[in-house]
Amino acid sequence: MIHVCVYFQVHQPNRLRKYTFFEIGHSHFYEDEDANRAISRKVAGKCYLPANEVILALIKKHEGRFRVAYSVSGVTIDQFKKHCPEALDSFKRLADTGCVEFLNETYFHSLAFLFSKEEFKRQVEAHRELVRREFGQTPTTFRNTEFIFNNEVAETVEKMGYKTILAEGAEKVLGWRSPNFVYQPAPCKKLKLLLRNYPLSDDIAFRFSNTGWSEHPLTAEKFAGWMHGTRGNGETVNLFMDYETFGEHQWKETGIFDFLAALPGEILKADDFAFSTPAEVSAGASPVAKLDVPDYVSWADVERDLTAWKGNSMQDDALEAVYALESRVMKTKNPDLIRVWRSLQTSDHFYYMCTKWFADGDVHKYFNPYESPYDAYVNFQNVLSDFEATIGR
Amino acid sequence: MNVLMYGWEFPPHISGGLGVACFGLTQALGREGHKVTFVLPRMQKGVASAGHLRLLDAGDFAMETLEYRELERRHLLEHLSVEVIDSALRPYITEKLYLAAIERMERIERETAHSSRGYRLAVTGDYGPNLMAEVLRYSQVAGAVARRVPHDVIHTHDWLTVLAGLEAKRVSGKPLVVHVHALEFDRSGENVNQAVYDIERLGMEASDRVVAVSHYTKDMIVRRYGIHPDKIEVVHNAVTRAPRKVEDPEVDGRREKVVLFLGRITFQKGPDYFIEAAAKVLGVRKDVRFVMAGSGDMAPRMIERVGQLRLGKYIHFTGFLTGADVERMYLSSDIYVMPSVSEPFGISPLEAMRFDVPVIISKQSGVSEILRHALKVDFWDIDDMASKILALLDHSALRDELVAQGSRELESIQWEKAGQRLTEIYGRLAAQGDN
Repeated sequence: MIHVCVYFQVHQPNRLRKYTFFEIGHSHFYEDEDANRAISRKVAGKCYLPANEVILALIKKHEGRFRVAYSVSGVTIDQFKKHCPEALDSFKRLADTGCVEFLNETYFHSLAFLFSKEEFKRQVEAHRELVRREFGQTPTTFRNTEFIFNNEVAETVEKMGYKTILAEGAEKVLGWRSPNFVYQPAPCKKLKLLLRNYPLSDDIAFRFSNTGWSEHPLTAEKFAGWMHGTRGNGETVNLFMDYETFGEHQWKETGIFDFLAALPGEILKADDFAFSTPAEVSAGASPVAKLDVPDYVSWADVERDLTAWKGNSMQDDALEAVYALESRVMKTKNPDLIRVWRSLQTSDHFYYMCTKWFADGDVHKYFNPYESPYDAYVNFQNVLSDFEATIGR
Repeated sequence: MNVLMYGWEFPPHISGGLGVACFGLTQALGREGHKVTFVLPRMQKGVASAGHLRLLDAGDFAMETLEYRELERRHLLEHLSVEVIDSALRPYITEKLYLAAIERMERIERETAHSSRGYRLAVTGDYGPNLMAEVLRYSQVAGAVARRVPHDVIHTHDWLTVLAGLEAKRVSGKPLVVHVHALEFDRSGENVNQAVYDIERLGMEASDRVVAVSHYTKDMIVRRYGIHPDKIEVVHNAVTRAPRKVEDPEVDGRREKVVLFLGRITFQKGPDYFIEAAAKVLGVRKDVRFVMAGSGDMAPRMIERVGQLRLGKYIHFTGFLTGADVERMYLSSDIYVMPSVSEPFGISPLEAMRFDVPVIISKQSGVSEILRHALKVDFWDIDDMASKILALLDHSALRDELVAQGSRELESIQWEKAGQRLTEIYGRLAAQGDN
């Protein structure tokens, strides 16, 4: 039996409003409520609601044979509650089917692991509670923000009791090996590692509507053929991608929803293929090898490293400044202040400050509410200055 | 190709970016193998004929006869919908100045008429109330130049030389390229001088190709002058990497930070926004100096405003700077601000970047189309401007990133590209002429 393991990432950051130097000390509200509401509602309308509808129909149609996983960041769930409750309800309906696994990540979609293990653990626990509360599941699978991964992440996550972790199937992780097997991180004894098959995942996520691509147009039948072609070379094909692929990155007009609706049926035409969630794949498999990953990898850009968030002096400066406040913030024991501090940790704030625009520029620019990385940095520092003054000394 | 080029200023005697741009363009054209004859209104002392071009003083050309000159004038007036001399003088001139101008013109005519070598025009390059008269006379001389200097294409820079270009085209029948570095709308906002506008439009309509220094300017030409977009090519300016004339000054860590405005102190350059932003910054911290380097008709008002704000201790005026003084100014600055209200291109931020000075530029500028590693503001948004000045003062990470990325970016902004683009344009025009 060959597993088809599908997981979608759902994340919308809290965008900061334009905050000038002259507001420091005068205004302590930092979020761009209007933009956050408008974007949540727009993306829900274009992607989350229609895509969930397709997924729900597939689950019913295939009577439990179609299974899928999501990781919905805590900040996204909070935004749904505030701006778009129908989107959260729709995810809850998926949870109720019993065919959907919800994964665990850091509540604020943060880079906390890189700066404070304690804060990392607190955010992971907070997200686990949230998933339990909203979706009625206790997650056993973990995925770190932006698939940031190395031996140390694996070791920490294993100690926290997780059974499975997801990461990028990058060459620097796998070497000559195939991503289509279950592995184990080198320092771990129980934790299993599922790796993203990035060529096949990106065929859908990035190339689906690219008319310059030799395989365009991509049909469900053709893609299922490629999936079936992995037979004999693996036990699981891991298709991991941003959920916004459906309707937002690939517009409805490209036929992406029809593709999604048709794909499971095409794949299931082969009896030896079955959809499974990460926890299910992991439970039935024993690792084929240990993988030693001393350096950080991620799923971002061509470099698959940390440089999208931590690649220039502005990003380093801003990150260090946020995490330098940890003990002072925690000492206040003020939940509101702690919450604001955490929302300033969301990785997107630092992604906006990225200056390596030239190769991967399109993606960075598309998601950037700022006109330039410099504006992103200046605005963030202004906010942080006010926040620091607020917590006192 | 032989290029007959008409300009109004050329280094080292420059009052703005036009002379700098002309120098960069002619150098690049020289490297592309063209021979450029650059016609200036008055030979300025210290301008040597550089290897890549010949400089001609338009005043050196003798006119054959007075009758010829009258003929030329009539011809030019046919092309103009305005009474050139009178209407142009009206906006600024007083009775006294007007009489003085008339008297001066008569004196010129008397002197030149008595010249044994025939009729000579003493064209001066001064911007002044009799400017329109000067422009007209300059254009008449252009006809004579075009007859004597062999050329394949005529290239003019801005409205001052448009009539000269039209004259040359009439004389030689060669294609005319009208290069737009600034428009009357940039200089004067909505209070346009109708005569200048008419000359600009006439030139662009009668030309074979219009070259705009930015998409910003191209849009304005389409919108305000009704020129078809297909006729307009955008050729961005660049920056010359000349060796520095002065050494880096001793770095004194305790020195107060310097924020620089360098340019003409005129409406177009937004000096008033710089002063207001400076006042905002000084309201927060006093360990910073602001410098306004340049001259212009708004300078007195700016100085008055600084006095009114009681900030004379912190905001300094240097007057007009040239050569090594400009370099010294950049070298001793920490932030460069270009708050232009309407800037067709704006070379000066690129020059500041050559000296590793991070720049804040107006979004209402052509240079912001090609410059990514700069802080950008709306010229009217004083809060944002001040906020960004403060951010640069506060955060060395921001400064470091801008300087590092900026110097890399500067490598790609070269006059060679402009030279190549002009070569293509000349080539297409010549090919059209052959058919």
